[in-house]
Amino acid sequence: MRFVDEFRDSEKARALAAKIAGLCEPGRQYKLMEVCGGHTHTIYKHGLEDYLPEQITLVHGPGCPVCVIPMGRVDDAMALAAEPDVIMTSFGDMMRVPGSNGSFFDAKARGTDIRMVYSPLDSLKIARQNPDKRVVFMAIGFETTAPSTAMTVLRAAAEGLPNFAIFCNHVTIIPAIKAILDSPDLRLDGFIGPGHVSTVIGCRPYEFIARDYGKPVVVAGFEPLDILQSIYLLMLQLSRGQSIVENQYSRVVPWDGNPVALRAIGQTMELRPYFEWRGLGFISHSALKVRAEYARYDAEQLFSVPGVRVADPKACQCGEVLKGVLKPWECKVFGTACTPETPIGTCMVSPEGACAAYYSYGRLSRTRVKEASRT
Amino acid sequence: MCLGIPGRVERRFEADGAPMGTVDFGGVRKDVCLAYVPELQVGDWTIVHVGFALTRLDEASAKETLAMMRSVGMLDSELGTA
Ligand code: SF4
Repeated sequence: MRFVDEFRDSEKARALAAKIAGLCEPGRQYKLMEVCGGHTHTIYKHGLEDYLPEQITLVHGPGCPVCVIPMGRVDDAMALAAEPDVIMTSFGDMMRVPGSNGSFFDAKARGTDIRMVYSPLDSLKIARQNPDKRVVFMAIGFETTAPSTAMTVLRAAAEGLPNFAIFCNHVTIIPAIKAILDSPDLRLDGFIGPGHVSTVIGCRPYEFIARDYGKPVVVAGFEPLDILQSIYLLMLQLSRGQSIVENQYSRVVPWDGNPVALRAIGQTMELRPYFEWRGLGFISHSALKVRAEYARYDAEQLFSVPGVRVADPKACQCGEVLKGVLKPWECKVFGTACTPETPIGTCMVSPEGACAAYYSYGRLSRTRVKEASRT
Repeated sequence: MCLGIPGRVERRFEADGAPMGTVDFGGVRKDVCLAYVPELQVGDWTIVHVGFALTRLDEASAKETLAMMRSVGMLDSELGTA
């Protein structure tokens, strides 16, 4: 009940919980996927599952930027970082992601020049200050970070900066959702839509989920009450046999997204024919690469990238977790060999990863859920 | 990375031809790029992802979100100040 104490909203939360319970049809099980790792974090931090009736299961989706990076791409990035005169720049979240030969942090400790940046624009500064080096930015993330990479490339081009490039690993959320919808492993009843990705792409791209798959989608904010309210809206649609896209987070998300940001992405990047996701395998048209016009800022054109496929470690069940098929604690190494300090898989690395969220906050509700599923 | 942090625009300026702003995230100040939400004015609240403002939001909801993020320790990891 932590968040209730913090926000003194116990009345509202209980009222919502009661309404949600009232919408459950007797004997029916509901599986709702929260696509975004930020939501997963909020759910476990605040113990939101404790508010839900046993009939509703929240399934964690693939919306965690570092979780979905396959090991081969980490190895490729390491190879780039090891090229002569290269300075690699990376978001902090990426630094601990394990490749087959350790993480960026490990490489840094071995003497490779890898620097943490808050914004990709910081990489331009580093490039200006080090004209005799080549700066490569490890670009990762969904549509929340792709606009920042796009603008960085545009700025580098406007300035004619000769020693800057990006290693583009940007992914797009819609094909991943589609892959999950088409996967036979999992039957979902509805989606809690990613709030911040939607500030960029808007709400329209989710319409196919409602129209073609008959599943409701509610784009949700990140506060505990936002998520409970979104679950309520999903349950309301399900109880009416409805499937539409709703925007619970309208105070932040415009229905049409951010057209300026979308234009910048489109100007500098284009869809790859296919891209490998950790756990989900190859998904067509699911990632971005630098457009030919900006090839001089594309590390994949400037350097030879090994591009090898590396299988995940045997013990790692991140794929199952990313698809929502396994709960984090069901992975054999969860909390024992795999912890945030010594992650084996990616889901344990970022605070947005389901395993990290469970590890930090979810262990109490884990026992509860475990006991409940045993009886 | 996808969490995004709400902050208040304190100052606007130009750098290399791009609209920039100094944004206050509950005490931590950062310069962020405003090119994607050029209508942002001093005093407005925005959500920032990796140094870029992506949307404008109303003050009350911004303050609520900020309080929530601080209480769960997400502010530092998003700002890279942890
Ligand atoms: S516990 Fe570790 S190895 Fe297992 S799924 Fe989670 S991150 Fe992957």
